[in-house]
Amino acid sequence: MNRRTLLSTAAASIVGSTLASSAFAAAHGGTVKVGFIFVGPIGDGGWTFEHNRARLALEEKFGDKVETVYQESVPEGADAERAITQMALSGCNLIFTTSFGYMDPTINVAAKFPDVKFEHATGFKRADNVGVYSARFYEGRAIQGHIAGKMTKTNKIGYIASFPIPEVIRGINSAYIHAKKANPDVEFSVIWAYTWFDPAKESDAARALIENGADVILQHTDSTAPQAAAQEAGNVITFGQASDMSEYAPMPRVSSIIDNWTPYYIDRVQAVMDGTWQSDDTWNGIGTGMVGIGEISSAVPEDVKAEALALKDSIGSGAYHPFTGPLNKQDGSVWLAEGETAPDGDLLGLSFYVEGLTGDIPN
Amino acid sequence: MDLSSINPILLIASIMISATPILLAAIGEMVVEKAGVLNLGVEGMMITGAVVGFATAVSTGSPALGFMAAALAAAVLSLSFGILTQILLSNQVATGLGLTLVGLGLSALIGKPYEGMKTPTMAKLDIPILGDIPVLGRMLFSHDPMVYVSLFLVLAVWAVLKYTRAGLILRAVGESHDAAHALGYKVIRIRMMAIFFGGACAGLGGAYLSLVRVPQWTEGMTAGSGWIALAIVVFASWRAERVLIGAYLFGGVTVLQLNLQAAGVKVPVEILSMSPYLITILVLVIISARGAHGAPASLGRPFHASS
Repeated sequence: MNRRTLLSTAAASIVGSTLASSAFAAAHGGTVKVGFIFVGPIGDGGWTFEHNRARLALEEKFGDKVETVYQESVPEGADAERAITQMALSGCNLIFTTSFGYMDPTINVAAKFPDVKFEHATGFKRADNVGVYSARFYEGRAIQGHIAGKMTKTNKIGYIASFPIPEVIRGINSAYIHAKKANPDVEFSVIWAYTWFDPAKESDAARALIENGADVILQHTDSTAPQAAAQEAGNVITFGQASDMSEYAPMPRVSSIIDNWTPYYIDRVQAVMDGTWQSDDTWNGIGTGMVGIGEISSAVPEDVKAEALALKDSIGSGAYHPFTGPLNKQDGSVWLAEGETAPDGDLLGLSFYVEGLTGDIPN
Repeated sequence: MDLSSINPILLIASIMISATPILLAAIGEMVVEKAGVLNLGVEGMMITGAVVGFATAVSTGSPALGFMAAALAAAVLSLSFGILTQILLSNQVATGLGLTLVGLGLSALIGKPYEGMKTPTMAKLDIPILGDIPVLGRMLFSHDPMVYVSLFLVLAVWAVLKYTRAGLILRAVGESHDAAHALGYKVIRIRMMAIFFGGACAGLGGAYLSLVRVPQWTEGMTAGSGWIALAIVVFASWRAERVLIGAYLFGGVTVLQLNLQAAGVKVPVEILSMSPYLITILVLVIISARGAHGAPASLGRPFHASS
């Protein structure tokens, strides 16, 4: 065999095996390779921890029929594109990119790999092979806001925000609306940490808020560091973010929002196996269980707990929408009229504070 | 705008705490670089120190033991870098990056059982007379001992490098290893000791994160502080007193911008967040323009006695 035939044979067999493997997966419902891009380490105890838990559940459910790979701590931005491309090249049939900042990289890579399916969490850009999914975390925030408003003694609530994106802004608004309803005197101070995961910075942010008088800390960052800072300070309550964080219960962690991705991931992998996968837009909340409310601890008085649970039930059943008018924007202009609920379109692009919140949202 | 809710006493105290991990790591790395070795594995050594310190403190109940174990573990890890680069003459940049990756992976593995656990934290020192001074006492003299250890280390490094024979030899090795070798100094041995010291300091810095500043173990918790420590050494143009300034500036801006936000002051967050990095770049431009950047002349160059 001379060199040229050797090379062409090699090339043919590589092409052949790639084609064969994808054809096999599609035609026979054989092994589906599922990739995950994570923004933090799987041991962050919050956001990435829950996505990874769902990944493990996939392996348990499908056994040999599914192979999963993941990459941790992928920076949002240009490097994400490299990581996603690599995953697509390695033969993944379905790739979950699990942070907002992967939106454009996912769309770019998806255009180059039309046969690979992509699922992007918390974004709003779709393509034929890119679906988006998110959870209505703001429903959980409403319950946190209610408990926070009832429990605060200094009337100051601290909020550690990550990036100024609609998802985070929805959370702040929802928590504020319900804290204000429970206690008209509450004030919110919001710190933009510009990170999803940096325990030292999250801890510093929590301390700064506590030193400024806050006795309730809400966080939209992924680590348990603010919980530790609150515990050290003593009379400060917190809520588990993305995961239960029950190791800090009953104080400072008095409840939590738990992201439960497992049913969704199983559903989507099954769809790929069956060949029925289609790009879609999923946005589920308390009703379907995608947003779970962690146990309300004994540090919360019984009546407050009962109110919180009633609120949870009414949101879950669809009887109550956390963004129900009358609501004004921060500048005083009308957003929602009496009885009107916010359409999903407004919520998906939410970029303003509601009336009463102070400070500006950074651009 | 309400600046009155920021308590300057607590603010300064927070800055000191926030700066201590990077100060410890940076002063160690400065000694390493003064000896002519570029160890980019600071992040890996810090996080190893963080996990070992945390694990030891949890199992023994003593944060002091935790710090010692952290220093030792990170120093031993740095010796692997030393053996590879000094004896086997591997590329320092690549080996240093490798050390970071090893440290991150190893710490995740060791730390798995310790997630969500709580540690005994270090008691604040109660310095008799100084601690009772009205404002200054709370601000400067009521921290945990490690804050003072870090300041003492800066002073010691400065004095040793400037006034002692050992410091002179270390600097000679960093400036011209061939000349130092010709004079009969054991270049490799001296560099190994410097690497060991740098590792120990980085370990202390990491343990300060997991035992005092955060305090808990979370995978990847150093989140880039090792790289900041490396930048501070350059910022300081390899001088101990400037390392102190650099670390406090970084810590200060971080804490200050969080406090300003908490107080509801309208500040452009993005600009404040990037200001330490901007200042570092500015300093680099200035020292490059002046031509005298103060880097040890043999920094990063491999040494072999036969060459």
